[in-house]
Amino acid sequence: MSGTFERRLLTRDRGTGLLQKLWLIPWSFVLLLCAVAAVGYVALYSAGGGPEAYAAKHAIRFGFGLVLMLGIAMVDIRIIARFAWVGYLGGIALLVLVLLHGNVGKGAQRWIDIGPLQLQPSELMKIMLVLALAAWFQRASGERIGNPLFLIPPALMVLVPVGLILKQPNLGTGLITAMIGGAVFFAAGVRLWKFALILAAVGVAAPIAYEHLHDYQRARITTFLDPESDPLGAGYNIIQSKIALGSGGLWGKGFLQGTQGHLNFLPEKQTDFIFTMIAEEFGLVGALTTLGLLALVVLFCFAVALRCRHQFGRLLAVGLGTNFFCYVFVNVAMVTGSIPVGGVPLPLISHGGSAMLTTMLGFGLLLSVFVHRDAEFGPARD
Amino acid sequence: MRGVRREEEQRRSIFTRRALALGLGQLALFGALGTRLYRLQSEEGERYRTLAEENRLSARLIPPPRGRILDRNGQVVAGNKLNWRVLLVAEQTQDVGATLETFSRILPLAEHERARIEREVRRRRRFVPVTVREFLAWEEMARIEVNAPDLPGILIDVGTTRLYPEGEHLAHMVGYVAPPAERDMDGDPLLELPGIRVGRAGLERFHDQVLRGRAGAVQLEVNAVGRVIREVERREGVPGQDVQVSVDAELQKAIRGRIEEGTSVVVLDAKNGEVLAMASQPSFDPNLFNAGVSAAQWRQWTASRSTPLINKATNGLYAPGSTFKMVVALAALEAKVLTPGERVSCPGYYDLGDTRFHCWSRYGHGGVDMRAGLKYSCDCYFYEAAKRTGIDRIAAMANRFGLGVDLDIELPGTRKGLVPTRAWRQAQGKPWNLGDTVVHGIGQGFYQLTPLSLATMAARLATGRAVQPHLTRSIGGRPARGGKPEDWPSLGIPDRDLRLVREGMWAVVNEEGGTARVARLPGQYGVLAGKTGSVQVRRVSREQRERGYKAENQPREWRPHALFVAYAPYDNPLYAVSVVVEHGMSGAGAAAPLARDVMLEVFNRFRAAPAQRVAEGRP
Repeated sequence: MSGTFERRLLTRDRGTGLLQKLWLIPWSFVLLLCAVAAVGYVALYSAGGGPEAYAAKHAIRFGFGLVLMLGIAMVDIRIIARFAWVGYLGGIALLVLVLLHGNVGKGAQRWIDIGPLQLQPSELMKIMLVLALAAWFQRASGERIGNPLFLIPPALMVLVPVGLILKQPNLGTGLITAMIGGAVFFAAGVRLWKFALILAAVGVAAPIAYEHLHDYQRARITTFLDPESDPLGAGYNIIQSKIALGSGGLWGKGFLQGTQGHLNFLPEKQTDFIFTMIAEEFGLVGALTTLGLLALVVLFCFAVALRCRHQFGRLLAVGLGTNFFCYVFVNVAMVTGSIPVGGVPLPLISHGGSAMLTTMLGFGLLLSVFVHRDAEFGPARD
Repeated sequence: MRGVRREEEQRRSIFTRRALALGLGQLALFGALGTRLYRLQSEEGERYRTLAEENRLSARLIPPPRGRILDRNGQVVAGNKLNWRVLLVAEQTQDVGATLETFSRILPLAEHERARIEREVRRRRRFVPVTVREFLAWEEMARIEVNAPDLPGILIDVGTTRLYPEGEHLAHMVGYVAPPAERDMDGDPLLELPGIRVGRAGLERFHDQVLRGRAGAVQLEVNAVGRVIREVERREGVPGQDVQVSVDAELQKAIRGRIEEGTSVVVLDAKNGEVLAMASQPSFDPNLFNAGVSAAQWRQWTASRSTPLINKATNGLYAPGSTFKMVVALAALEAKVLTPGERVSCPGYYDLGDTRFHCWSRYGHGGVDMRAGLKYSCDCYFYEAAKRTGIDRIAAMANRFGLGVDLDIELPGTRKGLVPTRAWRQAQGKPWNLGDTVVHGIGQGFYQLTPLSLATMAARLATGRAVQPHLTRSIGGRPARGGKPEDWPSLGIPDRDLRLVREGMWAVVNEEGGTARVARLPGQYGVLAGKTGSVQVRRVSREQRERGYKAENQPREWRPHALFVAYAPYDNPLYAVSVVVEHGMSGAGAAAPLARDVMLEVFNRFRAAPAQRVAEGRP
């Protein structure tokens, strides 16, 4: 009975009943996010040797992020779907802007200063891309999915931002963006042989692309293959990170007791290597707990997708979940020396305002999907 | 409508399958990360823990103070003094250039000094201090202290440096220290410390290991850029031990005050071989080596004909001349080729085949026995004695008196000298002729002996024991071997023979007609016995001799060297002396009076200190 009530509420009386909508918010998920952010607070407290340097800011940003998330969760998903293309074009515009006027730091990441905030358009772009792709495939029936011509516009929608991000140049984010796009294509039901074709094409193009890589990117690939070959140069970060992780052992060295982190052997410990900090001070137990919490977040995204009754919401949730997963996986794999260093932060835990806000924006969209999971879209067209 | 619904159902089931595949795939990757973490943190944890400790801890050495060298009365002859240094820590100033600019207004800095400082600042990490100036005077330091507020990054630090209070007086024995060179690196980590010095010459070098001590260590926790965070553990080092030597610094100074360039004097304790003084003129100031000797100074020292860096007492090589005659006499007595009373006639020359050898006295000494041969230093007597004894027996006797053998003194680089034998000459591919033996009977020829070995000979003649000259009395308070007369074995020469040559030496100084009556001591001091020697540095040709050769008319470097060996008191020998005056003309004229003065100094010096010795020495 309550199901019918909700449906009525959502389909007929949209724009009213904010309180009821708040009631529909999955507060257990909000609590999960708070737990992850709390892990971040503790780690940043240690990294800064106190709350002033990073941890306090982190808490404030998370607070803002929560408000932003809940606000977006209230917006009807169909409105979001309708204006998805606006967001997408806005994202592209920002990417172009950052190429022309952005600031370059650490060789690759480009950002735009917006007041106190440093916005990395590439991070916003990933969410906008998922939105736009979900909106595109929402309209697609099974037959249209089979039509290669129908797949060309969404493929372009992926390739244009990926190209712009690679041009920054930011290899890691570019690849992640392509993978997220691929995940949405996959979930939308695109035939597997088409993926095989794309992969084959990439396999052919990769050696050619390698020729055009920047030296520092090639160095990252070579030191990934053999970090010990350059212990004071490019491999230093990975070696020190592995030492920190390994020396943490099962139970860790204790809060504020991590020697690698506190004696600055660990590079960028408040951003890219924050997970190492956690693993050094809280050991394998702490590291697996953190990883478990992050996995729960991803699982929740998929749960939302499976419970959603419209394709837009499903694809959006899967895309957002994959986006979050990619962040976590690339970051942790990087600090454990499993893949090349990519400059990808750990969402909700690493220090950084722009990443926090885009992440919370994504979760706002996810919650909107959850709240409006039974919304009626028009039928898919042939 | 049904079609639309079916369409929707189909889309949903495809999505569900694919979403599950994606989700499971991602879950599997999470699992892979977990496995990876388990491997790193649990299985390889031990290894990484060690690496983390290595990262964290840095051991630093604490230099121990270098041991001092003391003279026999405890006076410091090599000590340590505080060395005030000005250091610059780049990270404590905003502008290194400005700080140096201000600094040079207080203490001028040369252009090359500034360049060096700026180079070191660039090369090192910003918190590592760079030396701006060393060896600051008190007053200079005060000027910097006062201006400290205008000198950000400048700090004053105190280290130690070597100090030789007696400067050049004991330089040849004490030696000097210098920064270690590559070849000095013997695995002692101490040597890698900045500012450390190692002994380069003399006792500083010989006793370097005991003087050096062992470095302490401090375990420091450092951060990634090497800055010290805190001290974890400290292990104090072992300071270098003091070495007390037998030299008497005041006696040394008094002797050096009396001698001129080219002269060397050695004073031994005749009973145990301790070196009481050893002077070689000219000398050098070992303090100059502390800060590094300038190229100009080094050139001046090494190019000088008077060789100030060389200790002539241990490295100067001279023919012993007539001072060698005691050895020949003893060799002849031992070989029983001469009896003490047998007379050899001396017409002023000695003919061997076609060759005529001259006695120093052209009028001759008439019939000469052994005592008279020594007293008058009659060459003819010793030509004959040598001819009868043979060179190898003479050489063997010379070796027993410490001539031409390694004396093992604690002065690295000491020369052994040369006492020729038949075999030695043959090894050069030349025959040994009887004429050579005759010439060597009067201490001329191939002999190359150091003043130190001549003093050793005098001490052995005086005591009949194989005393060896040595300098070390105690190390770290523990007495060294060789301090007691009983430490030295007897030479195994019959007392009768020794008494005979001693009597000859007594007559040289104390009897009417002796060659060195000038060396007599005033009555209250006791009796001195000795032997003169004059050695030609150029051969005097017959032509010159016939034209009336006079050594004093020759250029200085052609004049003969003057030698004198002596001991005193005669009846209870305490001190043995050798004196070599380069180009001093004659032993009697130049060396003997100096030996007497030296002996007077010795007696004056020790009359009060080891009083019983002087008392024993009175006749």
